[in-house]
Amino acid sequence: MSDCHSCGGCAAVALPPSPVALTDTHVIAIIGPPNCGKSTLFNRLTGLRQKVGNFPGVTVEQRVGRTRLSNNREITLIDLPGVYSLDARSEDERVTRDVLNGQMPGVPKPDAVLLILDCTNLGRHLLLAASILSLKLPTLVILNMADDLEARGGSVDIAALSCELGAPVALISAAKGDGVEKVFQFIEGTSEGSAKVSAPRIELPILQDIPKCRKWAQQVGQNGHYQAPAPPLWTRRLDSVFLHPVIGPLVFVAVVVGVFQTIFSGAKPLMDGLTQLIQSSGAWLGALLPNSIFKSLLIQGVWSGVGSVIVFLPQILLLFLFIGILEDSGYLARAALIADRTMAKFGLQGKAFIPLLSAYACAVPAIMATRTIENKRDRMATIMIAPLMTCSARLPVYTLLIAAFIHERPLVGHFLGTQAAVLLGLYVLGFVAAIVTARMLKSSVLKSERTAFVLEMPPYRWPTVRSLGLRLLDRSKVFLRRAGTVILTVSVVLWILAHLPLHDGKAPDISDSFAGMVGHAIEPAIKPLGFDWKIGIGLLSSIAAREVMVSTLGTIYGMEGTEQTEGLQKALQSDLTPGGAVALLIFFAFAMQCMSTIAVVRRETGGWKWPAIQFAYMTLLAYLAAFATNHLLQASTFLAAITK
Amino acid sequence: MFELLTLSKRAFHTEVMMQLSFKKDGGKRTKVASNLSELREGERGVLDRLDLPEETAKRLMELGFVPGHVVEPARSAPGGEPRVYRVDGSEIAIRRDTAKHLLIRKKKPAGRE
Repeated sequence: MSDCHSCGGCAAVALPPSPVALTDTHVIAIIGPPNCGKSTLFNRLTGLRQKVGNFPGVTVEQRVGRTRLSNNREITLIDLPGVYSLDARSEDERVTRDVLNGQMPGVPKPDAVLLILDCTNLGRHLLLAASILSLKLPTLVILNMADDLEARGGSVDIAALSCELGAPVALISAAKGDGVEKVFQFIEGTSEGSAKVSAPRIELPILQDIPKCRKWAQQVGQNGHYQAPAPPLWTRRLDSVFLHPVIGPLVFVAVVVGVFQTIFSGAKPLMDGLTQLIQSSGAWLGALLPNSIFKSLLIQGVWSGVGSVIVFLPQILLLFLFIGILEDSGYLARAALIADRTMAKFGLQGKAFIPLLSAYACAVPAIMATRTIENKRDRMATIMIAPLMTCSARLPVYTLLIAAFIHERPLVGHFLGTQAAVLLGLYVLGFVAAIVTARMLKSSVLKSERTAFVLEMPPYRWPTVRSLGLRLLDRSKVFLRRAGTVILTVSVVLWILAHLPLHDGKAPDISDSFAGMVGHAIEPAIKPLGFDWKIGIGLLSSIAAREVMVSTLGTIYGMEGTEQTEGLQKALQSDLTPGGAVALLIFFAFAMQCMSTIAVVRRETGGWKWPAIQFAYMTLLAYLAAFATNHLLQASTFLAAITK
Repeated sequence: MFELLTLSKRAFHTEVMMQLSFKKDGGKRTKVASNLSELREGERGVLDRLDLPEETAKRLMELGFVPGHVVEPARSAPGGEPRVYRVDGSEIAIRRDTAKHLLIRKKKPAGRE
């Protein structure tokens, strides 16, 4: 590592303000501006040993990882949110500042800091270095994107820069893994208490004065022989296509349509395979076990319940894969730019596009991602509409009903079939409902002045297999954990309710069971929507999570001798009218059936008021829309029948 | 970008002293400053003043919109807004009504000073 040894100018070496703790709770914080490769480095350092949570008491996401050093010491790494300064104007900045000062309750003060900067734009990124160095914690300044810098003809003298900053400097490429060993060396050094803090050669400016800080950064860069790289040629070439006045929007639409077509048709072979596997393993397990009530619970309750949801894993992962590619490649920022004018018409801004696109995967991270929107009212409006976007939990329900009720015919050659078109239509429906709601909110209770939209366009980069893989692994874990907890619990409870009260020591007909009684009790309320009592049981259980609907129906119909998706489709075809089926699709498009979302909205808005309004509004909307759909379709089939 | 700044270091320093309040001190300036939204593609301007609330001004300055820096308009979303501006080695997109409040001194297309 290029420490200060090579240079006599910075002999003034002070000891760290507090002695470095030599326990296994040695804490290292990683900090850097957005788009500097911070997460990539964090993944490099911790691999799979990371946990995502929230900083206590606030809504800022906290990623913590552990890693074992070559000296066999375990250390904890905290990935702080991406910030441009420690000015504490946004919540992210406040949290970052508090953690670094050791003022965040429940989070130990970091023993050392890894400051990661994008060295292709060092002048500007050194602004953050001024804030961090003023904290006087042992700091390693990491210059990331070394490969980019070199390829574009830039250079930097890290020994000289290290002298200027009074801190060790490492030039790395987090994506390729070059130079990461230097980061480990630094961490090992600090864990053994050998880290030293010295002052920068040029006195730090007053941090509030940004022009002065920028001048300081300029001077430091110059003394570090920093040669800025040539502009990213490929980014400019790609932007001349992606931000072309005509081609740009076409590409935008093609990307969105392409993603949906692929997640629907591309996932099919995988899902079919998984269905087969679950079916045959269930049958194999059934053959092994003696006939008993326990076997029935295991096979019908647990296996078919949880199994019917697990088959959707490939589809959900494919969606997250696309979002990951779009985000990591840098296209998502361009999409936000293209979307801004449209979003502005509905009172939102282009930055809301990113949370809203994530909401297509899951509303929970989307609502957390709204934190990048500085204006409080804009943010609230985005939170309110995020659950209307079609999240991946709706996919299992949509897929099941579409496969059962929509005949597959090609619409636009091989590119778009009817099933994909209906699915796309449902996505559009959710989007339209969301923007109309946003318009209503922004012109009434959440009215505010049009606020500044500021978005950095990162250079285009190849997404790495590694970071995409980690992302997918993370998502699989979340999904499977849900399948193993919420869905398992609901499946078991439902199975019990469906098997009690016992008649002569035997399970009753589903219709006479407790579950059946509840279903029958609510049937009058949902009859106008075209749903019978079985769907009613499904709707009630899906308040826990939408995809539970599929496992519930699996359990209910499983009792009647059918199993898994294909059997389920046939059973549904005999029980639901086409009108009722479409009404059910519409109901799921609008209703807020997700406990996790309700919980996260409560946390983010700081009370029950907004989630209560949101739940009431979405349920009412779902009911009315399903009612209208069912009656319109009934009327049209009736008309078609009499005019024949 | 760097050599540019060092050339006009003195001027830059006095500029900054005058502009740090972020408030409209209109009337006192003799130079007629046009604003970023009036720049066309291929033109460049030197940022003079951010006529915006402190909060927004600071956010923009952190992203490179510091008085004295050269700003160059690049591509925009369909319809001409928001537009991407090249400043301080980055590309930042802002809406027209923000760009209107970033006052500049115009520079000739070829002018690297």
